[in-house]
Amino acid sequence: MIAALAFYLFAAILIASAVMVVTARNPVHSVLFLILAFFNAAALFLIAGAEFLAMILVIVYVGAVAVLFLFVVMMLDIDFARLREGFQRYAPIGAIIGGILFLELVFVVGSWGFSSQANELRLAPNPGAGVTNAEAIGRILYTDYVYLFQASGLVLLVAMIGAIVLTHRQREGTRRQNIASQVYRSGSVLLEKVPSGAGIATLGIRRPPEPEPEAPKVTHEAGHGHGGHH
Amino acid sequence: MAMGGTTEMTIGVAHYLTVSAILLVLGIFGIFLNRKNVIVILMSVELILLSVNLNFVAFSASLQDLNGQIFAMFVLTVAAAEAAIGLAIVVIYFRNRGSIEVEGISTLKG
Repeated sequence: MIAALAFYLFAAILIASAVMVVTARNPVHSVLFLILAFFNAAALFLIAGAEFLAMILVIVYVGAVAVLFLFVVMMLDIDFARLREGFQRYAPIGAIIGGILFLELVFVVGSWGFSSQANELRLAPNPGAGVTNAEAIGRILYTDYVYLFQASGLVLLVAMIGAIVLTHRQREGTRRQNIASQVYRSGSVLLEKVPSGAGIATLGIRRPPEPEPEAPKVTHEAGHGHGGHH
Repeated sequence: MAMGGTTEMTIGVAHYLTVSAILLVLGIFGIFLNRKNVIVILMSVELILLSVNLNFVAFSASLQDLNGQIFAMFVLTVAAAEAAIGLAIVVIYFRNRGSIEVEGISTLKG
């Protein structure tokens, strides 16, 4: 009874926040509603008895993915009002296709039932209440599915390297420590007494020349409306 | 499995399937609605993957089979990787173009 009420509550909040994700005017609000949706989905997982997955959902989705979205939304200086053009124009076709898809799903689920042999066909039956959910998952994840586990780790590694390679850039005019040139530096280090009030220029020591100030960036579309981005 | 009707107030797999179908439709609707905003499109894709995970967990709970939860974890992994790569592409696209409109994204073909 309580579980049923909790299910309806969490499901209602999940769907409402999903609606807000796709219709919110401000993408920051979209991300925040996405976080709310993930929390409620985690609660639904808990009701279904998948405790470990619920915690993973909170940690991975809320702690990593949604925060990543939040970073990108806030980091980029985006003209969101312009991006909302065509909102009304695309709404009817989206509603039509969504309605058709939902009807199809209703038909599929309505004419579907579990096989009579479904219980015999289980690959990893739940060991029951004596074993916690995390332990039961660990028992099969690290034995039967160890190759898939390693492969998913590889997917994450490739994604990490890809994201770094994509977004890393060498800026002009920034000074970096070059360890190789430091190590292979010839000559010795001198200690000089600098006369006070005169500065190092009197000793013939020059600072490296200042880099040229960067030319103001020219955007491609001059009449874009937000030319003054910094 | 029969619908666990509201009279007996038990939550069956049909309830979870309904919620996840609505979530999937909302994600696809969001892709149509925000045709220009890549970030909201990526969020809609996350919603779709969340509905898939909800289905996996519902069937796993209903059949008492842990394989569904294992597979949901792999879906979660791929979703996280996809979000990271997608947002990296959005960042460099914004750096090059000064906007994130998807309309001109075919210039990436090179």
